[in-house]
Amino acid sequence: MNTFLGMPATPPRSPYGTGNLRGDRKFPKAAHDELANGQLRRNLGRATSTIRTKRLVVTGELPDWEQLRDAGSAVKTDTMNRLPELLEQLEQKVTERGGTVHWARDGVEANEIVARLIRATGSSDVIKVKSMATQEIGLNEHLESLGITPYETDLAELIVQLADDKPSHILVPAIHRNRDEIRQIFLDEIPGVDPDLDNVPAHLAAAARAYLREKFMTTRVAVSGANFGIAETGTLSVVESEGNGRMCLTLPDTLITVMGIEKVLPRYQDLEVFLQLLPRSSTGERMNPYTSLWTGVTPGDGPQDFHLVLLDNGRTAALADPIGREALNCIRCSACLNVCPVYERTGGHAYGSTYPGPIGAVLTPQLAGMDAAKDDPNSSLPYASSLCGACFDACPVKIDIPSMLVELRHQHTEQSGASAEKLAMKAAAAVMKRPKLYTAAQKAAALGRVVGGRDGTITHLPAPFDGWSDSRDTAAPPKQSFRSWLASAEGAATLRAAAEEGVLPATDAHTEDQ
Amino acid sequence: MRIGLFATCLGDTLFPEAVKSTAVLLARLGHDVVFPPGQTCCGQMHVNTGYQREPVPLVRNFAEQFGDSSIDAVVMPSGSCAGSVRHQHEIVAERYGDASLRAGVATVKAKTYELSELLVDVLGVTGVGAYFPHRVTYHPTCHSLRMLRVGDKPLRLLRAVEAIDLVELPQADACCGFGGTFAVKNAGTSTAMLQDKMRNIGTTRAAVCTAGDSSCLMHIGGGLSRIRSGTRTLHLAQILGSTRTTPHALTEAVR
Ligand code: SF4
Repeated sequence: MNTFLGMPATPPRSPYGTGNLRGDRKFPKAAHDELANGQLRRNLGRATSTIRTKRLVVTGELPDWEQLRDAGSAVKTDTMNRLPELLEQLEQKVTERGGTVHWARDGVEANEIVARLIRATGSSDVIKVKSMATQEIGLNEHLESLGITPYETDLAELIVQLADDKPSHILVPAIHRNRDEIRQIFLDEIPGVDPDLDNVPAHLAAAARAYLREKFMTTRVAVSGANFGIAETGTLSVVESEGNGRMCLTLPDTLITVMGIEKVLPRYQDLEVFLQLLPRSSTGERMNPYTSLWTGVTPGDGPQDFHLVLLDNGRTAALADPIGREALNCIRCSACLNVCPVYERTGGHAYGSTYPGPIGAVLTPQLAGMDAAKDDPNSSLPYASSLCGACFDACPVKIDIPSMLVELRHQHTEQSGASAEKLAMKAAAAVMKRPKLYTAAQKAAALGRVVGGRDGTITHLPAPFDGWSDSRDTAAPPKQSFRSWLASAEGAATLRAAAEEGVLPATDAHTEDQ
Repeated sequence: MRIGLFATCLGDTLFPEAVKSTAVLLARLGHDVVFPPGQTCCGQMHVNTGYQREPVPLVRNFAEQFGDSSIDAVVMPSGSCAGSVRHQHEIVAERYGDASLRAGVATVKAKTYELSELLVDVLGVTGVGAYFPHRVTYHPTCHSLRMLRVGDKPLRLLRAVEAIDLVELPQADACCGFGGTFAVKNAGTSTAMLQDKMRNIGTTRAAVCTAGDSSCLMHIGGGLSRIRSGTRTLHLAQILGSTRTTPHALTEAVR
């Protein structure tokens, strides 16, 4: 007798209403407000164009850059194809070396685990290394609600935290702020700061350093993320620029690392590929100033209590999608943000998620879903792109983001019920699949000439096309379609004449290589 | 060669001059231009907006119209439609089609070219006898540049045009902000991108901004017309189709 065991359940997404993977309104509305912020546009335009140029210089100088990208893509794809076994190997190795591994199904579980571990140390303060995973799950907010104070130690992250703001870029969280704004934030928020602080970057950094140094020396617990976790050895790695990470990873007694499960790499040697790809793609540097690697606990050296929290929060759901799983290959370098013409103009906040820009537009719906509620803001993210493809060209692990956006748009229209747009699309296809109907429709379109002004230009169109006609004129349809011209005596005569005339030799012997 | 001409729905209906120039150019180069009359639309707008079931008949129709082995190559004056045929038709066919559709799509995909690819790669010409005594700047559309990888083929064709004054467009590879339904769904962001493109075009003081796609040109030209810019848009095919005996007369219209 056969027993029906049922279909395997779809793995859960990040639970609705938790963490920072969903904004409170759709992208076009949020973008509309951000676009009106001239200061933001200037800050972002300047910052992204500088970093774009730097990246092109350092990626262009490597003769094997394309092979490196292929290698990065291959290693990550292999990793995703055998993620369960690699994670178990990582757990085993970390445990062997004296660390403790915790598994968190979602952000809520991860937050609880981290809070419990901090409480067990008796500390009410924690220093933090910049981490996307803890941003994603809203760890700081959770800790604060329990009376534990998290101190961000990355300069930009500190600026964002002090201003009670949200990061707008995955690498440069305060990219939307300029130095005058930063000066004001420090004056308002850092206790005991010099009231004469000016806006010279070195002085601003010195003020933050003085403030943070005291936290490094006195706080006994640190929370970090991880750029890589090596299954073969149990080694964790954090890549950073300021040295604050190194402080957090070495000075405290207890270190708690929250790592998304997709950050695992099979072999130690794989770092060879990724430590070339990551800094060159992210900050446009040949090598980042600080690369920390640690394996479990080393007696007498560094934190003696190490915990690794492995976070799912929708990643298994993404993995279950044969096309969507490619988003898990992302190494969070932010190159795609820096080249994205949409991100450059709207900034990161318009996306409503910890992950903005092109990768955010595919990863956020993968992790948190895009139809979890009526009019889910996440359902607008796959459309927040002109599909220009600049992200695909920049990505160090060759994630085909444009194709994934098109795929997510398809998933969205499949999931959503009847809509005016769907009806219009069906109607358009119904006409276009019948050449006779199509030709008749063309003739009807030509009648649209009457709506054109005297110069044959249409300056206003009704909704939903009013956004288009707000800034663009539209030519009234021509009298004659191409096909009717071709079928006319004039069309036939023109083509005959062209064939008879042939290609005339250029008068001044124009050639390509002159 | 017998070359199948796909007018594209936009070119056939709204921008016939670019298609006429394409046909005339190919005839002038000594080729038979075949226009399968049952052709309509490649379905790009559907797929890019998230609809893959609805365009199945369009994908099938395209494969049927151009699949005939008597047609040696298929050409279209549009980088994005060529991209749709080469990259998206098989996605639709894989998902919602049958074996015969998949085979038809593969056959026609292998012989489909955007205009500059056909001229340079297949026909092996860059000098096409064109004459265009105006200042021109070229915008490489995203799908030509990054989906089809046409590279500098359009520029090589333009450089060979007699009497042309070709000026480089600053930040040429930046998207103009069209993106099909993106320009309607995210009109504000699209407009912000368009403004920057128009500012760069303005610095060239060109009389004409050209490109290989009527759709992007409709967007850029619509913006230039609205601000009463001195620059107008013209499809690459129209420049290549202009000769000493039948020169293209520049007018101020948005088309
Ligand atoms: S998608 Fe690619 S380019 Fe974007 S952040 Fe991830 S790795 Fe970098």
